[in-house]
Amino acid sequence: MSSVLYDAPGPRTRRRERLGSIAGALVVLALTALAVRYAAGRGVFEADRWDVLFDPPKNQTASDVWTSMVVRGLGATLRAAAVAAPLALVLGLVLALWRTARRTWVRLPAIVVIELFRGLPVLLMMFFALLGFGWDAFGAVVLGLTVYNMAIIAEILRAGLASLPKGQAEAAYAVGLTRGQTLFSILLPQAVRIMLPSLISQLVVLLKDSSLGFIVGYAELLRSIQTNASFFGNRYFIALFVVGAGIYLVVNIALSRVAVWIQRRSARIAPIAALNPDGR
Amino acid sequence: MDVIAQNLPAYLTGFLSTLQLTVVAGIVALGWGLVLAALRVSPLAPLRAFATVYVELLRNTPLTLVFFFLVFVAPQFGVLVPLRFWTAVVALSAYTSAFVCEAVRSGINSVGLGQAEAARAIGLTFGQSLSMVILPQAVRTVIPPLINVFIALAKNTSVASGFAGVELMASGRRLATSNPADTLWVLAGVAMFYLVITIPAGVVAGVIERKVAFAR
Repeated sequence: MSSVLYDAPGPRTRRRERLGSIAGALVVLALTALAVRYAAGRGVFEADRWDVLFDPPKNQTASDVWTSMVVRGLGATLRAAAVAAPLALVLGLVLALWRTARRTWVRLPAIVVIELFRGLPVLLMMFFALLGFGWDAFGAVVLGLTVYNMAIIAEILRAGLASLPKGQAEAAYAVGLTRGQTLFSILLPQAVRIMLPSLISQLVVLLKDSSLGFIVGYAELLRSIQTNASFFGNRYFIALFVVGAGIYLVVNIALSRVAVWIQRRSARIAPIAALNPDGR
Repeated sequence: MDVIAQNLPAYLTGFLSTLQLTVVAGIVALGWGLVLAALRVSPLAPLRAFATVYVELLRNTPLTLVFFFLVFVAPQFGVLVPLRFWTAVVALSAYTSAFVCEAVRSGINSVGLGQAEAARAIGLTFGQSLSMVILPQAVRTVIPPLINVFIALAKNTSVASGFAGVELMASGRRLATSNPADTLWVLAGVAMFYLVITIPAGVVAGVIERKVAFAR
């Protein structure tokens, strides 16, 4: 887009851009240097702020610290996500299909459920389970993640179904498939494929939201940072936080990359709209 | 049911500070997000890189982690974020601006290449083609996703209840602990106040989206 908006730069503009780039880089570098100097002045880079990661005090070994964060902390995060994600996918599918019902009064409950849970904070639903139903923290986290994400997934699938060319369903009915057969063997497979990138980014959201478990008292990754910091001393907060944030970033960016990769791949192999350019 | 009516003032206080938080953080996030979007399409590589890194980092970080950083980790640097309300504003706007940037950028990219080419072909300058052809179309596409970003922001203010305790969710929790027999009703009241914000906003976004689709 931006390449079309102006003429290809001549030698003078290119020189100016180069100067601008250097100036910009200098500004970014100077700001980074200032931040690093400030942090160093506060003793952030001294070994006694970081040795919790390789040689912790209080007779603990480094593997104890790493186990508590990666195995127990990340493990608890992933466990909640691993229970909630399949539930949300299945319930989302049910809601999406329910919403395609032909009679309005049959469709209405699904619409209400979707709109309701889409409009409420995940945290509130966790508190419903925790305080209202008296569930334990794990159950609360799973319930919150499930009901919110099932509503979003239902919307994603519905958008996928709506984006299919009409001719797909018409052709299926024309060869005598029933409504159920049409839905399950013709429409859904295509809708899921179109919407796969959105579904995966929704799973990233689900994984991110599992950190709300920290607030309802579920012992996940963030909580393990806090527990370690309060055991070893607050001066280790920075080191522990860097590890915890790094774990989140690695897992989430990896999942996002998968979504982008699938999007590129399915755009390359037989785009569905192109099979049927005027079918809508 | 009575418990909602009896505690209406507490609800309203919480509701108003949620609204206040949403509006203030929304304005800051909009401004900063527009700057980031401008940086991301700028011809200067270092600025582009800075904005890209910022957006990718914040988009892949849970909001809880941002709050956690401000409340527990930043004081270790000697950075003390002053008041509770402003802690929440800083965390929410830093997080939301990344999503604003992405919405604006994809809006600009969604304008057909032919539009820009045609504008250039009839001799419009860079400024003219941007202000008269590209941006008017981009704004239309950007507004519905932007409204969705702000709906998400309104819901995300609830995360502040775990750290700063100034808004609707926090008042709801306090009410729930003081009325243990009516917890479900108390929480249903909280839900109602959130829906008052999110459902009308969602309807507006849908209406605008349909209008835009019609105009194309």
